[in-house]
Amino acid sequence: MALQVVTANRIGDGTVVYLTRGGGWSERIADGQVSRSDEERDALMAVARAKAEIPEVVEPYLIDVVEEAGVVRPVRYREEIRAQGPPVHPAFGQQAAGG
Amino acid sequence: MYRYDEYDQTLVDERVRQFRGQVARRLAGELTEDEFKPLRLMNGLYLQLHAYMLRVAIPYGLLSAAQMRRLAHIARRYDRGYGHFTTRQNIQYNWPKLEDTPDILAELASVEMHAIQTSGNSFRNTTTDQYAGVAADEIEDPRVYCEIIRQWSTLHPEFSFLPRKFKIAVTGAPNDRAAVRLHDIGLIMRRGDAGETGFEVIVGGGQGRTPFVGPTIREFLPKKHLLSYLEAIMRVYNQLGRRDNLFKARIKILVHEAGAEKVTEMVEEEWRHIKDGALDLPAEEVERIRAHFAPPPYETLAAAQPAFEEKKRADGAFATWADTNLAAHKVPGYAIVNLSLKPVGGIPGDATADQMDAVADLAEHYSFGEIRVTHEQNLVLADVRRTDLHVLWRKLRDIGLATPNLGLVSDIIACPGLDYCGLANARSIPVAQRIGNRFADLKRQHDIGELKIKISGCINACGHHHVGHIGILGLERKGEEYYQITLGGSADQDAAIGKIIGPAFSSEDVVDAVETVVNTYVELRQNGERFIDTYRRVGKEPFKERLYAAA
Ligand code: HEM
Ligand code: SF4
Repeated sequence: MALQVVTANRIGDGTVVYLTRGGGWSERIADGQVSRSDEERDALMAVARAKAEIPEVVEPYLIDVVEEAGVVRPVRYREEIRAQGPPVHPAFGQQAAGG
Repeated sequence: MYRYDEYDQTLVDERVRQFRGQVARRLAGELTEDEFKPLRLMNGLYLQLHAYMLRVAIPYGLLSAAQMRRLAHIARRYDRGYGHFTTRQNIQYNWPKLEDTPDILAELASVEMHAIQTSGNSFRNTTTDQYAGVAADEIEDPRVYCEIIRQWSTLHPEFSFLPRKFKIAVTGAPNDRAAVRLHDIGLIMRRGDAGETGFEVIVGGGQGRTPFVGPTIREFLPKKHLLSYLEAIMRVYNQLGRRDNLFKARIKILVHEAGAEKVTEMVEEEWRHIKDGALDLPAEEVERIRAHFAPPPYETLAAAQPAFEEKKRADGAFATWADTNLAAHKVPGYAIVNLSLKPVGGIPGDATADQMDAVADLAEHYSFGEIRVTHEQNLVLADVRRTDLHVLWRKLRDIGLATPNLGLVSDIIACPGLDYCGLANARSIPVAQRIGNRFADLKRQHDIGELKIKISGCINACGHHHVGHIGILGLERKGEEYYQITLGGSADQDAAIGKIIGPAFSSEDVVDAVETVVNTYVELRQNGERFIDTYRRVGKEPFKERLYAAA
């Protein structure tokens, strides 16, 4: 079963966020709730969709992640860039905060 | 330049008011994203990887100093201190907040600007030659017709739901600097038998996943028929353009599938019914619009400017810049000045708010208060006295806008790519930066001569890679960035689609590959040949051999 987390863009400023264990949103993928089964995945997406209705975020979706030594990282490079910020501007996004 | 009339201003102000209401309802949860998305796209607001992105229209790339200052102010106040000038002569902001966008649009409206029709299946910004009205090789100022097309195509009821986006480009000069053969409709001003001016009409060019150089469907169209003829083309497209498949919906596919002859026939048939009707351009209306583009009050100057020549002799760096970044002006004693937005290692097309403000000041001092944006992502001051060039050059150098690389290997077009764009497969900007650094030696760049490198991060081809002398297309393979190289493309009057040279290169190898291509050209070139000339003479084989010899 692929490990996944839910990501979206925050409604007000478009910032990339991840659905957290507490059911909130964090700018850090490390805080994201990882789903490990179909049921967990569906439950996470149900929460995310309800929050998109409010609206807290725009277009939530699932991304594949890997867990290495307890650190969650996206599988696709595209998602790595979303998580960290644009590589051409190291001062922007989470990369500036040291990941 | 064109000034809004009451009708234009009311329309734009009205739109801002509507959008303010729509954003408020969206933030309150009264509109879903599905409902809101088409509304925000109608106002140029996209959602990208990290944030919203706002695309602002710059009609045919022409800005007043006041407008440029407002763009700088928006970058500073609502964004992160910079903006990105695009190949469609527009500007994009990469970090606006949704809640700020109504205020941004109101700021734009206060200087007669907007973001309408910068997205969606509508007529997009009509683009033109950045030297329009001043080029020495021009037949007639194309901006008059760009403006007529803008008015006709803005919120045109019959064409609000086109099968797909629609792009028109117009040039008044035989040397095509607006890539007109790569647009849905391209118009080139020509002289008729009696010396009168009119248009050659090209239909069905385009880039994206299926690139075509558009065929000419009419050699000469008298000017007064412009709108009826365009309307005839649009009607044929609106009826027959495919709405069933997004990838096949552009007019280029219709022209390709039905054939240029058939399309010509249908357009001419449709046109027979509407020509000489209400769409005829009345001469007074054309003159009214032409008055907006009247030449500025030039001084009478001698063509030869000894002081300028003297400065060139005395200052080698100035001479290099002058020989590279200036273009011939039709008025004696004046020059067209290109401001490079491609500093070595920089981000193609990006300008900071401070640079924008400084350019606005320089435009006011030296160029009658106007600035142009080029499709190659540079800026132009179009009307500078030759005697002012040396001072201007020093001031441009102070703000980092005097890189003498126009048309050279580091004057690269690059789309936003995976650094920003939600559709990207690979990054574009860092490849441009690395190529720029590799060829940082300006002497070497000048020795290599005219060479156009264009980079897109996916097949949508926003970075024009199909028509680069060297084109680079980003791909994703097993989660890694790869780059496919095409050679021999061209966007000018000899427009051509580049040919894929072989298997793609890894991100690590792509800059070496570009250098190998360049070195191969340098070895093979004969007297005075540009890269594209050598390529056309020898074909792709010698390049291919060198590139893949080791493999
Ligand atoms: C970052 C957000 C952008 C998105 C989502 C986007 C999306 C697209 C898409 C989907 C197409 C293909 C359309 C088709 O074939 O029907 C396209 C084409 C194009 N875009 Fe973009 N684009 C973006 C940015 C830009 C920028 C920054 C430029 C200018 C530098 C640009 C200029 C163009 C051009 C010139 C084409 C190809 C010409 C043609 O339509 O034939 N785009 N874009
Ligand atoms: S070419 Fe692709 S990656 Fe580049 S801006 Fe266009 S859609 Fe994005």
